[in-house]
Amino acid sequence: METIKLTIDNKPVEVPAGTSVYQAAKNLGIDIPVLCYMNLHDLGIENKPAGCRICVVEVEGRRNLAPSCSTTCANGMVVKTHTTRVINARRTVMELILSDHPKDCLTCPKSGSCDLQNMAVKMGVRNIPGQAYAEMSTYKTDFSPSIIRDMDKCIMCRRCETMCNDFQTVGALSGVNRGFMAVVAPAFEQDLEKSPCTYCGQCVAVCPTGALTEVDHTPKVIRALADPTKTVLVQTAPAVRAALGEEFGLEPGTSVTGKMVAALRQIGFDYIFDTDFAADLTIMEEGTELLTRLGKHLSGDKTVKLPILTSCCPGWVGFFEHNYPDMLDVPSTAKSPQQMFGAIAKSYFAEKLGKKREELVVVSVMPCLAKKYECQRDEFKVDGNPDVDFSISTRELAHLIKEFNIGFNELADEDFDRPLGESTGASVIFGATGGVIEAATRTAYELHTGKTLEKVDFMELRGMDGIRSATIDFNGLPINIGIAHGLGNARKLLDQVRAGKTNYHAIEIMACPGGCIGGGGQPLHHGDTSVLKARTKAIYSEDTNKKIRKSHENPYIIKLYEEFLGKPMSHKAHELLHTHYFDKSSKDIFI
Amino acid sequence: MSHIKVELKQEQITKLKEICKSFDNEAGELINVLHKTQETFGYLPAEVQEVIARELNVSVAKVYGVVTFYSFFTMIPKGKHPISICTGTACYVRGAEKVLDEFKRILDVKVGETSPDGKFSLSCLRCVGACGLAPVVSVGDKIYGRVSPDGVKDILKEYE
Repeated sequence: METIKLTIDNKPVEVPAGTSVYQAAKNLGIDIPVLCYMNLHDLGIENKPAGCRICVVEVEGRRNLAPSCSTTCANGMVVKTHTTRVINARRTVMELILSDHPKDCLTCPKSGSCDLQNMAVKMGVRNIPGQAYAEMSTYKTDFSPSIIRDMDKCIMCRRCETMCNDFQTVGALSGVNRGFMAVVAPAFEQDLEKSPCTYCGQCVAVCPTGALTEVDHTPKVIRALADPTKTVLVQTAPAVRAALGEEFGLEPGTSVTGKMVAALRQIGFDYIFDTDFAADLTIMEEGTELLTRLGKHLSGDKTVKLPILTSCCPGWVGFFEHNYPDMLDVPSTAKSPQQMFGAIAKSYFAEKLGKKREELVVVSVMPCLAKKYECQRDEFKVDGNPDVDFSISTRELAHLIKEFNIGFNELADEDFDRPLGESTGASVIFGATGGVIEAATRTAYELHTGKTLEKVDFMELRGMDGIRSATIDFNGLPINIGIAHGLGNARKLLDQVRAGKTNYHAIEIMACPGGCIGGGGQPLHHGDTSVLKARTKAIYSEDTNKKIRKSHENPYIIKLYEEFLGKPMSHKAHELLHTHYFDKSSKDIFI
Repeated sequence: MSHIKVELKQEQITKLKEICKSFDNEAGELINVLHKTQETFGYLPAEVQEVIARELNVSVAKVYGVVTFYSFFTMIPKGKHPISICTGTACYVRGAEKVLDEFKRILDVKVGETSPDGKFSLSCLRCVGACGLAPVVSVGDKIYGRVSPDGVKDILKEYE
């Protein structure tokens, strides 16, 4: 491999050809400040539009300062990263960016975790020359069910565009207009609701400012908690416990299940339940559906479609509704765990409490922004009353805990309430890519073969590669499994399925990188993908530590079927736990 | 942005598809496709952009991004007589802005707009290379030099 020798800040360095000055400096331990630049190495995503010019450096022999993120190293190059000329230029750049940026930091939802704010602190900006007469570009704020676009705060770093177009291949966003009115927006500057947006929230996860934020449901949750006529239930998704601690300064990968439950109890929720319980239920329904479809397929029934696709992820559901309307009968009809929980809470559990569904408020804590949209979908309501009333993200829960002045790190572990808080190891791994299909495999194997599965860990289904496949031996019957995470990878896999080029029996798809642990509602990882790996590890060790690791062995799930549902895919189960999908492709057309 | 709904006729859609096909439906040819389309249709309404996006397999947002980035492309139909006022340096210092204001006042349109009767559209451009004639105005292919605000109504009269 060809290498390049250069000098940065008087230190010699040797790097592979093609390396950027920014990266070469980093190798030397020199951290050049960046704003628009983003490198998610493990996901193969690099955003370097060289738009912000914060990372400029002096290169000997060059008249102008060079943006280090997009300047390639050359032999003999002499680079200076912090001369007075560089420092002055950076501050001026910062002042110019801030001159067209709102100054409502005190109440901005991104305050405290804003890259722009941090950079202003770092640059020592104390005033903005000319602010008194500087004009500001301003845009209409766009409120979607999940995401708020306040483009007055957009600095045109275009990270969101990279995630939406290159990684997710959703194509909802693009840089539009030029000069002062330039902004990132959907086609024809329409609202997100009229775009092919799936609300996966990856744009929000990488936005360095308050331009893209989630719709905050916490005020509504507090109002419900304060209402004496309401019984408020909370359910927490698997991936939340593996990341919430980061908001309180704990190391990524610290599992905080017990503390989270204790905090929710202190906040005043009447019942602390677990989405994991509903994940076990999902496996019962989805696993049975897989075996039913498989059985019919093997007996030569040509009307049965395979592969079966998982349907837990609302971002993914939105994606196929927009892009694969010809394949709406392929995904499992099983509702997502969030919605299964809501449906059971407001029927089975409401009956147990002797209350009407209207008296219950179901709150979900999710690593996800699409869940906000999912719980508002009309098909998940009974007479206008939603199965899940409000969905808050991991970040919003952290805010709530801070607002309630709870010393999170000092909390003693507590346990979930019963019956909807009992779960197995199979359900907790729903939070990581490959987890749902592994959980389904554990149950489907035993139901199909009638044998006990000795080794429940399917290492071949785990990992971070965008598209994976494995064949699992069901006692002589080879079952081909596909896995994709990230919607761009999902598109690749789905295009192959559509073209009839694959022989998968089942496919798991998650919209976000790494699965739910990398969801759009999780603590911001600021481009550090090692955080995702640490969270994944935490998820799998939760599984290992569980006594019961197969969904169909969850005693409260068994009881639920005995007392209420009958058996998987029964009439009642269909009514409560299954759904159907819609063709949303026509919504993409601007008319 | 405000938008007048346009219903594309089947033959227009066919024509659009032909244009895309002539560039092998290559996403990289987007700008050329847009040029050819504007040449054919006169402007690029949203419905046209959607067809192009589908044919080239790029997002509609991306097509709209390109259309709004380049000032040559327009989503508003040009008038029968497109008026351009040069606001390059030479024309500007010799009073182009006052001439422009007079056009705006008489036609009651802003820059980039078309008069309701579809007769005139107003735009600015930078330097036509005839600085000796500043300020310069063009209507269609015809060039007018040393235009004064008083002369504006006489120019418009020629097209009544």
